[in-house]
Amino acid sequence: MQRLIFAFIAGGLFGAGLFISGMTDTTKVQGWLDVFGNWDPTLAFVMGGAIIPMAIAWRFVPGRKPIVGGEFPSLPKPEIRRDLVLGSTLFGFGWGLAGLCPGPSIASLSYGGIGHWVFVAAMIAGMILTPYLRVRLDRAVPAE
Amino acid sequence: MMNSITVDWIWGLIGGLLIGTGGAVYLLANGRIMGASGILGGLVDRSGWHSWKERTAFLLGVFLLPIPLYPLYRAVDTHITDNWAVIIAAGLLVGIGTRLANGCTSGHGVCGISRFSLRGMVSTVFYIMAGGVAVVIFRHLLGIV
Repeated sequence: MQRLIFAFIAGGLFGAGLFISGMTDTTKVQGWLDVFGNWDPTLAFVMGGAIIPMAIAWRFVPGRKPIVGGEFPSLPKPEIRRDLVLGSTLFGFGWGLAGLCPGPSIASLSYGGIGHWVFVAAMIAGMILTPYLRVRLDRAVPAE
Repeated sequence: MMNSITVDWIWGLIGGLLIGTGGAVYLLANGRIMGASGILGGLVDRSGWHSWKERTAFLLGVFLLPIPLYPLYRAVDTHITDNWAVIIAAGLLVGIGTRLANGCTSGHGVCGISRFSLRGMVSTVFYIMAGGVAVVIFRHLLGIV
């Protein structure tokens, strides 16, 4: 139960922060990406603000355990592979197209209108398709 | 008097601090990385089904907490495009891309960069560049978004 309460609080802070920061406004995200147009630097302030508490949190991880028990996650090796580069590029392209990434698309469901529900439905469809696409990709372009 | 751009930056910084605090709580309390695409993706492809309650509780928080804050922030409008083809294509790309890359703006961006993760930083460079290219093509060349 404690685990669920903390998860709800963490999600709530995340959703509140996305709303307050203006990151659910697609024009602000596209404005950040629009270097050749009317550039909007707000996203850099959001990213900078988010990294500060997170960087402090990472300093408490070594030698400790999470409050609700269990272990901290084992972190992946710092290897740059095909899926990281290809996936990030595809994601970025979609992000620029609609001005939405996964967090803000969920945070804005209550007020963004039908377009946001359609976006999230398409995103979920993409997530369900990915394991099958990965198998095809491995056949066509072996990762290693 | 401050102009609206400066006010936007201050809201951005406050919101960013809240986002990072959420990530800190999820890490230090639950021992999890706060990545929106991973939390949702593990539910929909069942790879994270063992922790479905925790994932659902997190996502409920993301969905619900903006609601009481509507009066606080002046722009509730998200200005999403009314072009359905663009919305669906973008959603598919975001879904596939974040699952292939195993992270998005929150996981690779916020949680990764804050620990100087090479993968997080490389991913962030690629998704920002690709987003910039998408805006150049679809806004400045084609005039669609």
